[in-house]
Amino acid sequence: MNSQPAGDTDTSRDALEIRGISKAFGRFPALKNVSLKARDKEFLALLGPSGSGKTTLLRVLAGLETPDSGEVRFDDEDFLSLPVRRRKVGMVFQHYALFRHMTVAQNIAFGLNVRPRSERPSKSEVADRVAHLLSLVQLEGLQKRFPSQLSGGQRQRVALARALAIEPRMLLLDEPFGALDAQVRRDLRRWLRELHDRAGVTTVFVTHDQEEALDLADRVAILKDGELVQLGAPSELYEAPANPFVYDFLGAACRLPGEVAEGRLRIADWETAAPKGAPQGKVEIFFRPDEVAFAPADGAGLAAEVRGAAARGPKVRVDCLIEGRLMELEVHGRDAPAGVAPGLALRVKPLRPKVYPATA
Amino acid sequence: MSVGAPTVRLPGIAPLLLTAAVAVMGGLIILPLLAVFHDAFAKGLSVFLSSLKEPDAQAAIRLTLLVAAISVPLNAVFGVASAWAIAKFEFKGKSLLLTLIDLPFSISPVVSGLVWVLLFGAQGYFGEWLLDRDIKIIFALPGLVLATILVTFPFVARELIPLMQDQGSDEEAAALTLGASGFTTFWKITLPNIRWALLYGVLLCNARAMGEFGAVSVVSGHIRGETTTLPLHVEVLYNDYDFVGAFAAASVLASLGLSPLVLKTILEWRHSGELAASRRH
Repeated sequence: MNSQPAGDTDTSRDALEIRGISKAFGRFPALKNVSLKARDKEFLALLGPSGSGKTTLLRVLAGLETPDSGEVRFDDEDFLSLPVRRRKVGMVFQHYALFRHMTVAQNIAFGLNVRPRSERPSKSEVADRVAHLLSLVQLEGLQKRFPSQLSGGQRQRVALARALAIEPRMLLLDEPFGALDAQVRRDLRRWLRELHDRAGVTTVFVTHDQEEALDLADRVAILKDGELVQLGAPSELYEAPANPFVYDFLGAACRLPGEVAEGRLRIADWETAAPKGAPQGKVEIFFRPDEVAFAPADGAGLAAEVRGAAARGPKVRVDCLIEGRLMELEVHGRDAPAGVAPGLALRVKPLRPKVYPATA
Repeated sequence: MSVGAPTVRLPGIAPLLLTAAVAVMGGLIILPLLAVFHDAFAKGLSVFLSSLKEPDAQAAIRLTLLVAAISVPLNAVFGVASAWAIAKFEFKGKSLLLTLIDLPFSISPVVSGLVWVLLFGAQGYFGEWLLDRDIKIIFALPGLVLATILVTFPFVARELIPLMQDQGSDEEAAALTLGASGFTTFWKITLPNIRWALLYGVLLCNARAMGEFGAVSVVSGHIRGETTTLPLHVEVLYNDYDFVGAFAAASVLASLGLSPLVLKTILEWRHSGELAASRRH
């Protein structure tokens, strides 16, 4: 879970303000009335499944798409009236979009070399800046390589250096780790967060990986079908998902039907105190497969039958049949029920169930 | 992507296919080409040279080069423009445009020539109007150029479209976000990325422009020394039973088409590293 100190960003002002953005491609609505704010120097994640409109929103911020309606302000400036090239946003594309016919150094220097003559730094200044950026992204010595001669992780860092070269007002990252393998992904994640903190640039990044978003971002905006579903710090989202979709999307979920009446929550033959603020009547109960406690068959909890058990490193996976649904529960080895084996009857108690109104 | 891909050998089939390919290449392409040069020099170098020194032959060579010099650059521009539009943008009527680009490939060149006669010929829609203003299109250079442009239009565009579609527009988008203007982006990003395909398209277009017979034949009027291009000149000589002259002109025509291909091969060989790098990415 998130361990970033959020203290200094909490008190700072809003830098980016998105108001009522809608965008349709033909008859397909990609964004529906999306509004959100990002604070100065904040690291904001746009999280959602594919087709949720997150990349479209990022491209609207960059100026690569024009919304049908709505407003984008950055530092109180009307961003939508600025053409792409005047917005000074550094964008890292999903497949990096490095200029294939240019060397690494030429790629990084591009944004400086295309400036109008009066604002263009001298050749030696450009060279200095490129050298500085190369060391920042830890690619010293690779300046003469072509993009095709680099690994995925190296390309990604070149793309980042190129975006940072123009001293962007805002950094936009489209699935920055999408094309990398798991190990490189985790290394780069930490590194990117450190880079952001050092550079102090407001950053918006798009991802479909909830773990990545929760791990990296100061705040996460969850999108679904072009709409903003929930916006909050990772811990807020994880602790209090606004609806079943968010709950499901942020991690593995087990669900069961139940009923709430007079402050009591009933699931099958088990009854417990209803969580605070739970809706009345027919409900759906969600719990995380690793937030459960086991009890003997004559104890309290949901009646369950073990269908399989397997040690997975420090954890034990216990497949249980509960209310006719097979659930893959997970516990630490020491918390595993004694004598767990297929056929064993026991009780499962969700430790922190979330209750949502039942959908028809 | 395909560069450096592992090869798969199909036992038994490979030598068979290879033999067939060599036989077809040798029998249908190399042999006739050699025959052209052989017959051109059949009565010795001096006869060959003198037949090329004829004023009509000289005029035909000049006219062919002139027509190509006008129509090839124009088609290069049209080709880049249409490929750009098709590959980088979504718009209504895109598939129609694609079909239109292919049209010159699918209709007979004679028809491509005939449409200009229908439009600008003496009995054509604009014939009288042009006659009143003393503007000659049919049986003159403009007609030859128009017919050539129509026939050779697809070459550059067809070469570029798949490549540009494959490359997408992310690099251009990146250049724009980095502060480049539209013109700079085109000049520094788009054009360098397509330069090899563009060169190849232009070479093919050029070879075809110089060799075009059907469409040009319709609009030319065969006025010797004035509107006969090299291919037409070959036909005229051949019909006059001047075989050495015909084959000499044909060998010049073949060389004009071959030399750019040789040039391209040399360029490719010299820039092979860079070429592979830009394709693999």
